[in-house]
Amino acid sequence: MKLNRRDALAMGLGATAVAMLPMRAFAAADEAIATFTGGAEAGSGDLTLDAPEIAENGNTVPISVSAPGAAAIAVFAAGNPTPGVATFNFGPASGSQSASTRIRLAGTQDVVAVAQMADGSFIQTAKTVKVTIGGCGG
Amino acid sequence: MISRRDFLQVGMAASAMVGASGFGNWAKLAAQQTLTQDQLLEFDTFGNVSLIHVTDIHAQLKPIYFREPEINLGVGDNKGEVPHVTGAEFKARYGIADGSPSAYALTYNDFSSLAKEYGKVGGLDRVATVINSIRAARPDALLLDGGDTWHGSYTCYHTEGQDMVNVMNALKPDAMTFHWEFTLGSDRVRELVEGLPFAALGQNIFDAEWDEPAETFESYKFFERGGVKIAVIGQAFPYMPIANPGWMFPEYSFGIRDERMQEMVDEVRGQGAELVVCLSHNGFDVDKKMASRVTGIDVILSGHTHDALPEPVLIGETIIIASGSNGKFVSRVDLDVRDGRMMGFRHKLIPIFSDVIEPDAEVSALIDEQRAPHEDAMSEVIGTTDEELYRRGNFNGTWDDLICDALISEREADIAMSPGVRWGPSLLPGDDITREDIWNVTSMTYGKAYRTEMTGEFIHTILEDVADNLFNPDPYYQQGGDMVRIGGMGYRIDVTKPQGDRITEMTLLKTGEAIDPAKTYNVAGWASVNEGTEGPQIWDVVESHIKKLGTVTLDPNTSVEVVQG
Repeated sequence: MKLNRRDALAMGLGATAVAMLPMRAFAAADEAIATFTGGAEAGSGDLTLDAPEIAENGNTVPISVSAPGAAAIAVFAAGNPTPGVATFNFGPASGSQSASTRIRLAGTQDVVAVAQMADGSFIQTAKTVKVTIGGCGG
Repeated sequence: MISRRDFLQVGMAASAMVGASGFGNWAKLAAQQTLTQDQLLEFDTFGNVSLIHVTDIHAQLKPIYFREPEINLGVGDNKGEVPHVTGAEFKARYGIADGSPSAYALTYNDFSSLAKEYGKVGGLDRVATVINSIRAARPDALLLDGGDTWHGSYTCYHTEGQDMVNVMNALKPDAMTFHWEFTLGSDRVRELVEGLPFAALGQNIFDAEWDEPAETFESYKFFERGGVKIAVIGQAFPYMPIANPGWMFPEYSFGIRDERMQEMVDEVRGQGAELVVCLSHNGFDVDKKMASRVTGIDVILSGHTHDALPEPVLIGETIIIASGSNGKFVSRVDLDVRDGRMMGFRHKLIPIFSDVIEPDAEVSALIDEQRAPHEDAMSEVIGTTDEELYRRGNFNGTWDDLICDALISEREADIAMSPGVRWGPSLLPGDDITREDIWNVTSMTYGKAYRTEMTGEFIHTILEDVADNLFNPDPYYQQGGDMVRIGGMGYRIDVTKPQGDRITEMTLLKTGEAIDPAKTYNVAGWASVNEGTEGPQIWDVVESHIKKLGTVTLDPNTSVEVVQG
């Protein structure tokens, strides 16, 4: 449990903000994804998104993406005020189409990865990352 | 063609029918006062490999009482599945007679009266006798410790885990994994681990800065036993920096990392492993899910959630063994490994009845040696109890009620919060409460009792957050503790709802008024994961409260209404 007063208040505010904004946040993510895909429908395929189930620290969450044969992979944090996180472009000389980074998450939310394949099609995957107050573990 | 799964199911049926040669109907024996060590240890040695599993001992060197949970709710696919079955249902499922030794060991019913009949359980000198007896039948049996060993008592706190290391070393384990050990602080953990004469395992213990496997811990270790090449892969508690104070071990990162678990299984199989054992501190439901996603693990020795199951659970071709806590049980698993595959097993969950099993003299002496410098302080009687004091269960136990009362009274708070940990032995009505007893349910390296102001809304946020760590239908989002214990406030919880909707009807008990989200309340609690928490140590708060009471009596706690759906 976060228990100093300042953290408590900050956490309370954060929770309120997230609770009030889900529709807008997801709409923003959908818009950002549509911009990346040019409106094309994203299917499923050989795209791996690796992220922790529960973040150890919401301010720096390690994630990695991989999609053999991709020209680009974009990552979105669907619940962040600005959902766009990063776009990784892979040139013809790329040894592998994978990347790792650390991202900041405002609260529990889906992290979405969308890959643009060499033929111009798109594939998508998502994973829920929980950001928790913590404490009280058995 | 008989598949391997068929073989394993035959093993399961045998285990169920004959209780793997004895865990079953001892009622008559006990009634005749003839339950013997030989009966407890009876085992028809099987196959070519033996595993011995102990876990979640929580530094209980001496025999104790430990009441199993009355409420242990499963959600999602685990609703009604073991270990989320208690009391009468548990007895019916395993054919356990009322009042039998098994009923006493595995359920909560009539606990105090059965405890008077059957006595205390555990004690590492008795555990030593059991291990020696298994080694007499199978000299090269592997002894594997699932962790939560170096935490939980007065002597463990004061020696920073040295007492447990000294005694466990005498039992000669072959490998260990970790959880509460890390709350000793990373420097102390490294110091102890580097001196261990056995393997310290955790494929999911990572260097936080570089996100690569931490140097101090190995992912797996190979053993050659009974002509079989065995790989033991460690899995530490995945949510250490979230459930416990990450600032005490900032160099480390954890997580379930089941994809890496699969890589490790493939790697050891590639190196010729004929038997793959996972020594896990995931918790039972997480282990079940992991077994469904990772292929090639033969046996998961499961720890963390303190469940004791008289039979393994079979997921795919993996058997999962749950061996209880606080030194109360030892599991023996005999395996038949042929042609590079596990083809069958025989299992027994051995309850450590301390009055029936002879203590090992050498280990007894070693335990006394650890305790001697602290014996005077520990044995001081602080009060007595008229109540059965216990903790285990999803919601408040009586120990928690007493601790919350102490926080409200000593810290002048409206509301008290006590962590839903699963450790802490029980006491019987009429027992003295010694300082050691208080430390057994409170000792930790971040035990300061804070007092702070929280809005009603924030209290709700905390309850929802903790409830989701327990009742999220996906086990990978569960941390394995029980619900935070609340004093001074009642609430209703619907475990089937999503996070944010589970907790309603929060009521301040002293006025009977609904909690106002905008209003500020004085809250006292302990075990904050925040660095720099201030306040007296919780064991001093509880001791002061019990001293004033003299004799502990409690009103039945009806402040939590649980909706199970």
